[in-house]
Amino acid sequence: MNQPASAYFIEERHDPNETHTLAVLVQNEPGVLARVIGLFSGRGYNIESLTVSETESQTHLSRITIVTTGTPMVIQQIKHQLDRMIPVYQVVDMTQTKRSIERELAMVKVRGQGEHRVEALRLADAFRARVIDATTESFVFEITGNTDKINQFIDLMRPLGLVEVSRTGVAAIGRGPEGM
Amino acid sequence: MSDKSHDPNQMTGAAMIVRALIDHGVTDIFGYPGGAVLPIYDEIFQQSEVQHILVRHEQGAGHAAEGYARSTGKPGVALVTSGPGATNMVTPLTDALMDSIPLVCISGQVPTHLIGNDAFQECDTVGITRPCTKHNWLVRDVNDLAKVLHEAFYVATTGRPGPVLVDVPKDVQFATGTYHPPRKSDVHRSYAPRVKGDATQIRKAVSLLAGAKRPVIYSGGGVINSGPEATKLLRELVEVTGFPITSTLMGLGAYPASGKNWLGMLGMHGTYEANMTMHDCDVMLCVGARFDDRITGRVDAFSPNSKKIHIDIDPSSINKNIRVDVPIIGDCGNILGDILQVFKAEAKKPDVKTWWQQIAQWRARNSLYYKKSNDVILPQHAIQSLFELTRGKDTYITTEVGQHQMWAAQFYGFEEPHRWMTSGGLGTMGYGLPAAIGVQVAHPDSLVIDIAGDASVQMTMQEMSTAVQYELPIKIFILNNHYMGMVRQWQQLLHGNRLSHSYSEALPDFVKLAEAYGGVGLQVTKPGDLEGAIKEMISVKRPVLFDCRVAALENCFPMIPSGKAHNEMLLPEQANDEATAKAFAGGKALV
Repeated sequence: MNQPASAYFIEERHDPNETHTLAVLVQNEPGVLARVIGLFSGRGYNIESLTVSETESQTHLSRITIVTTGTPMVIQQIKHQLDRMIPVYQVVDMTQTKRSIERELAMVKVRGQGEHRVEALRLADAFRARVIDATTESFVFEITGNTDKINQFIDLMRPLGLVEVSRTGVAAIGRGPEGM
Repeated sequence: MSDKSHDPNQMTGAAMIVRALIDHGVTDIFGYPGGAVLPIYDEIFQQSEVQHILVRHEQGAGHAAEGYARSTGKPGVALVTSGPGATNMVTPLTDALMDSIPLVCISGQVPTHLIGNDAFQECDTVGITRPCTKHNWLVRDVNDLAKVLHEAFYVATTGRPGPVLVDVPKDVQFATGTYHPPRKSDVHRSYAPRVKGDATQIRKAVSLLAGAKRPVIYSGGGVINSGPEATKLLRELVEVTGFPITSTLMGLGAYPASGKNWLGMLGMHGTYEANMTMHDCDVMLCVGARFDDRITGRVDAFSPNSKKIHIDIDPSSINKNIRVDVPIIGDCGNILGDILQVFKAEAKKPDVKTWWQQIAQWRARNSLYYKKSNDVILPQHAIQSLFELTRGKDTYITTEVGQHQMWAAQFYGFEEPHRWMTSGGLGTMGYGLPAAIGVQVAHPDSLVIDIAGDASVQMTMQEMSTAVQYELPIKIFILNNHYMGMVRQWQQLLHGNRLSHSYSEALPDFVKLAEAYGGVGLQVTKPGDLEGAIKEMISVKRPVLFDCRVAALENCFPMIPSGKAHNEMLLPEQANDEATAKAFAGGKALV
C-alpha cells in the first residue's frame, strides 16, 4: 500500500476486537464520571454499556461497570489509562477473570390484543419476566439476565407489538467469596 | 467565634493560597491578574516571600513556569484569572502533560452562585482542562482549599509528573476558613504511584543485558524527571556495561554528549548511528521514554530482532506503541539502582567489541554532515558556533519548534540534565521565549539562550516586555530563514514543493523590535561576523534579540521519511531531489 503524504505513519492493524467488561471502583466526587467518559471519547475507545452508582455511601465509593471493545492492546491501554486517574481505586477486568456474573435489567413495553397479547405473556413467563404494568392493550415487562438473554427477549417481542425498551446496562460481580 | 479570631490558621481563601505556596517552598510564580483573582493578588501585594512575575499573556506564564520547572526539578506555578485567563493556559497545560512537567496552575473562577450562569469571564475551566491536566479541582468550600492545594502539589510532583489545575471561585477566595499545613491525608487514597521495580523483572532484565551481543540503551525525559540520582546511575550503568547509549529529544543531557558511548539523539532527525543501532540491536533497554511515533518510525519494522526492556513509572506507557518483553514499572532512578546492584553482583561486562566496530562504520557515514559556506551562514554552523562559544559556561538552552529545534538537538552538546528545555510532545511554537524567562528567573546569573526560528518566536514575542521589566538578560537566538522551515521542508518533500503559506512575509525588523521593547538587537548576515556577534550577545547583560540570517532553503537531515523504518534513513549527501523523491515513495513528485 502506498502511504499518503503524511507526517504520520498510517498503520493498519488487523488484530481482532474483543469485548471486555471492566469494573472500576472510584471515589464518588463531582466530575468523576465525566473524567471516565472523557477518557473514552478523548482516546477513541468504545463504550458499549456503562452503569454507575454509589455502592458504599459511607466511604463515597462508586462502582462503574463498562463494557468495551478493542484489540487486546487497546483493552490493556484502557485499563492502564483508567487506573492512573487520580480518583480511581481499582480496575478489574471481569472478562479476564473468567469468574464473573453479568446481569442487566430491562423494562419492555409491548402493545397488542388477542393472540399477540397472549403470546407475549407466555414468552414473558418462559423468560421469567415479570409484569410490572398492564392495561387492557399493553404490558410492561421487567426482565433480568445477561445481555444475550435480554436481546433475545426483545427480538421476540418485536413482532408482538414492541413499543419501547429501557435498559440499565450491564452490572457485573465476581463469583466466589472474595471481593474486588 | 472569638476564640477562633486568634487562631493563626483562620484566614481567607486568598491568604491560604499564598500560604500554601510558601509551605511548598515556592519562591516565584508567573501570572496575570484579572477580576476573578483580585483577592489573591491583594494577598501577593502584602507579602514578600513569593515573587510574582507579570507576563504579557497567560500562555507565557504557563511556558515560563514550565521552563522554571524543567530547569530546577521543582514545580512551576502559574496564576491566571477566570475565562480567557484559563483558556489561554490550555496550551501550556497540554504541553506540560505531554512532556511530564510538574506545573501547578491556580485559576480564578466566578463566584459559586454564578457558576453555570454564563457570567462575565466564566468558562467551565475544570471541564476544559480535564483532558490536559493530570488532575484538576474546583474548590467550592474554603475549608477544602488547603487540602486540595496540598494534594495538587503532591500529584504534580510525584509519579509521572504533570500539570494540575485548581479552580477557585472568587467567593471562596474571600471566605474565611481553616488552613492546615501539608499532611499525608490530603491525598486521595487511590493515588499511590509505584516507585520500586519488581525484583523478578529486574533479574530478567539483568540476564538479558548480561547476555547481549548488540545492546543499546535508549533513555528519555523520565531519567531527568527522576532526579540527579537517576542521571548518575544511568551514567554508571553505561560505564559498567560498556553499552552504547542514545536518547530522545527530551532526554538530552542525562548522558553527556562528550561521553564516549554517546550515539547522538535517535528518531526522525536522529543520527544514522543511533537509529541503525536501534534497528539492529538484540537487547534494548528503554529507560524513561515512551516509544513515541517520532522515535519509532514505522512501528512494524521497529527494531525487529531485539528483546526490549522498558522502565517507566506510568503503566499506561507499557505496550502502548511497541510490545516489550520485560516491562518494569517504577521510578527510573530506583530501578536503575537495583539493576546496577544485581548486574555488578552477578554479571560480568559483556563483550561488545564487534558491535562497537559495526557502530563505528555507521558513525563514519557522518550523518550530520553539512556544507559550510563563506557567503551565507548555515543554520547548523550557527548552532555549532553558539555551542563552541558557550562551552564550559553555565548555560541553559530553550527552543521553539521546527528546524532550528532539531538542529539545536543535533549540534548543541548537552553535558548535564536540566539544561535543555524544549517542547517535545506537543511541539508548541512559541514555547522557547517564555520558557527562557522562567529559566532565567530560576537561575538569575546563568546564560539563558532561546534558540528560535523567525516564525515561532513571533508567537510569544510579547514576553520580551516581561524580560525587560524584570531585567532578565535572556538571549533570543533567531535562526532567521524567512520560512516556517519545517513546514516548508515537508511541503518540499511531500507536497510537490507547493509552499503554501510557509513563507514569512512581512517579517519585523528584529533589531528595531528589540530596541522598541527596550532590549538589545543584533543582526548578522555573514559567516565571518558570526563569532564576534555571538560573543557580543553573550557579554550583553540585557535581553537580546539576535537576528541570525541563515541560508533560506537549508533542510534538516538526516531524516526518517514517514512510513519508513530506522534503517531507511535519508542522509544529507543523498538528499538530492531524485533520492528524496524516491525515499518518499507515495508522496508527490518533487519539483
